[in-house]
Amino acid sequence: MAEYFNIFTQTQIDGPAEMGMVEDVDLKERTNGTSFSRLVGWFGNAQLGPFYLGGLGVASIGCGAIWFFIVGISYLDQAGYNLAVFARDLFWLSLDPPSAEVGLGIPPWDDGLAWFVASFFLLCAVMLWWARSYYLAKQLKMGKHVFWAFGAAIWLFMVLGFFRPIAMGSWSEAVPYGIFTHLDWTMTLSVVYGNLFYNPFHALSIVFLYGSTLLFAMHGATILAVSRFGGDRELDQIADRGTATERAALFWRWTMGFNATMEGIHRWAWWFAVLTTITGGIGILLTGTVVDNWFVWAQEHGYAPLDN
Amino acid sequence: MAMLSFERKYRVPGGTLVGGDLFDFWVGPYYVGFFGVTTAFFASLGTILIFYSTAMDGVWNPWLISIEPPDLEVGLGLAPLNEGGFWQLITICAHGAFISWALREVEICRKLGMGYHVPIAFAVAIFAYTTLVVIRPVLMGAWGHGFPYGIWTHLDWVNNVGYAYGNFHYNPAHMVAITFFFTTTLALALHGSLILSAANPEKGEEMRTPEHEDTFFRDFIGYSIGPLGIHRLGLLLALNAGFWSAVCIVISGTVWFDAWLDWWYWFPDMPFWVDIEGGVNG
Repeated sequence: MAEYFNIFTQTQIDGPAEMGMVEDVDLKERTNGTSFSRLVGWFGNAQLGPFYLGGLGVASIGCGAIWFFIVGISYLDQAGYNLAVFARDLFWLSLDPPSAEVGLGIPPWDDGLAWFVASFFLLCAVMLWWARSYYLAKQLKMGKHVFWAFGAAIWLFMVLGFFRPIAMGSWSEAVPYGIFTHLDWTMTLSVVYGNLFYNPFHALSIVFLYGSTLLFAMHGATILAVSRFGGDRELDQIADRGTATERAALFWRWTMGFNATMEGIHRWAWWFAVLTTITGGIGILLTGTVVDNWFVWAQEHGYAPLDN
Repeated sequence: MAMLSFERKYRVPGGTLVGGDLFDFWVGPYYVGFFGVTTAFFASLGTILIFYSTAMDGVWNPWLISIEPPDLEVGLGLAPLNEGGFWQLITICAHGAFISWALREVEICRKLGMGYHVPIAFAVAIFAYTTLVVIRPVLMGAWGHGFPYGIWTHLDWVNNVGYAYGNFHYNPAHMVAITFFFTTTLALALHGSLILSAANPEKGEEMRTPEHEDTFFRDFIGYSIGPLGIHRLGLLLALNAGFWSAVCIVISGTVWFDAWLDWWYWFPDMPFWVDIEGGVNG
């Protein structure tokens, strides 16, 4: 039954490592080292690496590390340089944006400068990694779908930490770097602006988030269920439809009267995932800038009860 | 007939769990089967009851229609129809329809020689729903702890139940569930992107191969899970999102009754560091 269900890979084949397609890739930047993990191989490919460094990758990892160390040193400072306190209070510690008086200026040393500098490096790290996603796809002459999807996530990231603070006129509106404080930030935003559940873009974002999870459950389950017909070889099935695709399609057609194609399901997937952050970003950007109270807004637009 | 060009050879009898050949037929694109009949029965009855209930309330704005569970005083008893009885019957109908749908999927899997991954995955979603409207209300002793069936009222319920335990984001199982939701969506974006970018390469290029997919991801992050593994990962992440959502609500009000923030103090309150001055909790 287990092989029929294809829950894990039972036979792992050892062989020379795949060093990757060449195309236009600058092989100097690709590492030579690879290793194999039998444990990982039960679930997915056993091969780890190689990895492409490149100027963009090195710069991105460097900027990300600077962000990480600024946040970490700030935590350590708050913990009085006591590692026990650091570990004990790790989830409570936070690198906060400046207070409201700073507005959009460069914050003073003792009021958010560390947050400001850390944020700059985080932005650089993300943007460099974004560029890298374009560059690596271009080297292999592939489509730029990863790049554009990553862009949708960056949109939400920039709304939270850059566009909305600018629209509100203060860096203090941005999200703090802390485990518990970013949760507090999230709840405060909802409470201050009249229950974010009544924000229609928030609702759409949740729909796409849950929809993405539903789609991946459906798609992952479908492909595994037809993997004994070769359904996991999706590119082959897109180019030359086989019985795996036919059975997968008919399963959904007979179940719910509609089916995607082997390529089309990935377009559904891409749009659902991408729209999660696009609609979420719109919802956050409107909050406090265009709409002060989502519950009142909903009452005015006829979908919240008036007697409440 | 709504039949695909290759469909006829797949439309064979057999594979049913119940009813033999009696319901073994299609209506348009839909397979029927015994469980198709029971799905239709429960879904229709449930829908009619929703209309009946909202007609009694005189509410016809679809945004405002809401089927409320019984008052807490009813406990685990039966309520009169328009005091929560409708909600109880509709909950039974929903279970009948969802479970029938899952079993109908099993029959379709058997017909097509497929694994049972989809109905098993759907069962996890049904389990999450059952947790909300049956398991947790039973554990807490009143059907009134179920959520109302309304587009916006169920959001109010989420809101109110959340605040009943302080900031619900501090619920550790809620943290895990959200992390799985976000990670699933990230993985879906990456999987969809990778397939589309290989199937739709740069202008004038031939379609890329699975080797290009592996190469891109190894270049990008140093690891490619592979075309089979990504579907295991996606399914595992998605099912965990549903499972931990069920866990996060069922532990609220049954094993933990206060603000979820307070739960976390077991950690800084451990004896070997609770007395150290400084930091946030010192």
